[in-house]
Amino acid sequence: MSTRTAELLMAVIMALASIALMYKSSELPIGWIAEEGPGGGAFPFWLSAVMLVCCLWTLFNWFKRATPQSRSDEPYFPGDAFVQFLIGAGSLGVMIGLIHFIGVYGAIPFLIIFYMRFVGDHSWGLTLLLAFGMPIIILLFFEKMLTITLPKGMTEQLFVDYVYDWMYTDWFAWLGSDD
Amino acid sequence: METLGHLMDGFGVALSWFNFLMVIVGVTLGLFIGAMPGLGSVNGVAILLPMIVQVPATSGIIFLGAIYYGAMYGGAISSIMLGIPGASTAVATTFDGRPMARKGLADQALVAAASASFVGGTISVVLFTMFAPPLAAVALKFGPPEEFALMLLAFATFIGLGGDDIPKTFFSIAIGLVLSAVGLDIVSGEPRLTFFDISGFLHGVNFLVLAIGIYGIGEILWTLETSGGKVEMSQATVSVKRILASLKKLIGSIWTMLMGSFLGFFVGILPAAGATPGSLMAYGLAKSLDKNPETFGEGNIKGVAAPEAANNAASTGSMLPMLTLGIPGSPTTAILLGGMVIWGLEPGPRLFETEPQFVWGLIASLYIANFFSLVVNIAFIPAFISVLKTPFTILAPIIFILCVVGGYAPTQDMHDVWLMFLFGVVGYLMRKLDYPMAPAVLAIVLGPLAETSMRQSLLMSSGSPAIFFNRPIAAAITVIAIILLALPLIKFFKNKRTS
Repeated sequence: MSTRTAELLMAVIMALASIALMYKSSELPIGWIAEEGPGGGAFPFWLSAVMLVCCLWTLFNWFKRATPQSRSDEPYFPGDAFVQFLIGAGSLGVMIGLIHFIGVYGAIPFLIIFYMRFVGDHSWGLTLLLAFGMPIIILLFFEKMLTITLPKGMTEQLFVDYVYDWMYTDWFAWLGSDD
Repeated sequence: METLGHLMDGFGVALSWFNFLMVIVGVTLGLFIGAMPGLGSVNGVAILLPMIVQVPATSGIIFLGAIYYGAMYGGAISSIMLGIPGASTAVATTFDGRPMARKGLADQALVAAASASFVGGTISVVLFTMFAPPLAAVALKFGPPEEFALMLLAFATFIGLGGDDIPKTFFSIAIGLVLSAVGLDIVSGEPRLTFFDISGFLHGVNFLVLAIGIYGIGEILWTLETSGGKVEMSQATVSVKRILASLKKLIGSIWTMLMGSFLGFFVGILPAAGATPGSLMAYGLAKSLDKNPETFGEGNIKGVAAPEAANNAASTGSMLPMLTLGIPGSPTTAILLGGMVIWGLEPGPRLFETEPQFVWGLIASLYIANFFSLVVNIAFIPAFISVLKTPFTILAPIIFILCVVGGYAPTQDMHDVWLMFLFGVVGYLMRKLDYPMAPAVLAIVLGPLAETSMRQSLLMSSGSPAIFFNRPIAAAITVIAIILLALPLIKFFKNKRTS
């Protein structure tokens, strides 16, 4: 696909998205309501209309070949860029999907092993060190220190059985003891 | 003279050994919290507030103030090193900080950020000491029309941030504003733009979701394409000599830093404005005033210095309405205000008289925190630089993981993680077609404030936009904004005619 074709496709898709946003905004009043001021849908509706006008302007520029992108016959994804894009976005998408099932702490090793071992060709030692070290760092920093609970999916029970007791034990309680 | 005496007393309080320790620990903690993508000063202060309520009020607020300052410095680190703004206040730092890191000038960008933050912090403390009461009175005169005019001015400066393709820049601003409207309508409370009745849309689109998507995921996808996934992030080096040379180079940006400091301080004291609009406007103004505005976005050191000076100045500035009027100027000061109430202090004009030790101790500790943030930050530069030498196939998954965790943390909803992924991929595809992404991120940050002030203003005037021209302060700001908006358009049509 050439950059010129991509420019056209993007402008059309965004124009359709603008129309969808206008339609959705108009579920709330978009005009003036006495005693209340502009309706709740006015702000997003008129801004979506601005988006639509901008897309039409871009399409006009495309027909007139007025911008560098609308003139360019260079490929939109040069060389192996599309493969790189698929590897990057694909592995991240799969990782996020896996979080629903095996939680953050199961998905992190998957992404690291895939990327470091199979894409980067790093040694197994370094790969496994990071694959299992990173979840521990994330656990201690986010869950223990900042008390932000991360999704665990089906691994939740393992944390209840083995990790939480260890994580929330006050290891230095004996220091403050009066006994 | 009396205020100077109070400030000296404040330094006496802040330099007691316990408070001093609080500053050092707070600054270091803040630096690391701020450097994490998705976590900013507001998270640091909110998370640590419950742990600190046991200590005396002055020491407690000094600790929280130090975290605030440390996180302000830290936000710039992830902006520069990873291209992901740690918090909204550091969004503008990404525009030039990241390109500098890619060119192998990360140390220079970090030194510029730290030094500009120090300048901004110093000037704002001086301004605070000198003008606290009269400035509070001016800020109080800002009603919804003035606030909206200010937002309009901020958007006008965004137009300059985009490329030459005017419709794409306007599109970017508009989509950012529309995304900011997702959630519950602020007046009627009805759900708005909740697609397919997905409950995740009800809490709106957090700006971090868009910012991390575009600058985190989008940036990695972009780097994968340009590097083929094999090379190192950049060839960065660091030495004392280079740091000193960077400091020397910064002298050329002194006026930019001063402008950023004054602008940031003033925007900071406006209720509900805070450091984010301050830093964005400082960036826009620095670009507009520069002889070579086209170098902004390509790694211009002034593009780092202006927003960093402004966001630190604004964080001191936002303490002013908090202490004098009891009105928080930013989300972080709102939490600090909550802390003050827990400690049994009554924020308001009488605080300066009833609790001078507390107020001036805090101001002095902010200055000390400012100095130590500089020292700690510069000391850690070699460690930060080593991140850039890591092979990309190690760094990419780590950044992806930080993006996912950072995108999840604010709302703890997987819906936001998927949205972030979508924004990252679409943002990358749009960036390849020269759609500027920065204006969208800025618009989503300022959107709620812009909508609220516009609706309140129109309600005051029964729907007449003349209200933005009837009031002197609003009129002056609106006219400047219109001129700034018109300039690129005039230039665009002029260029078209000549070509």
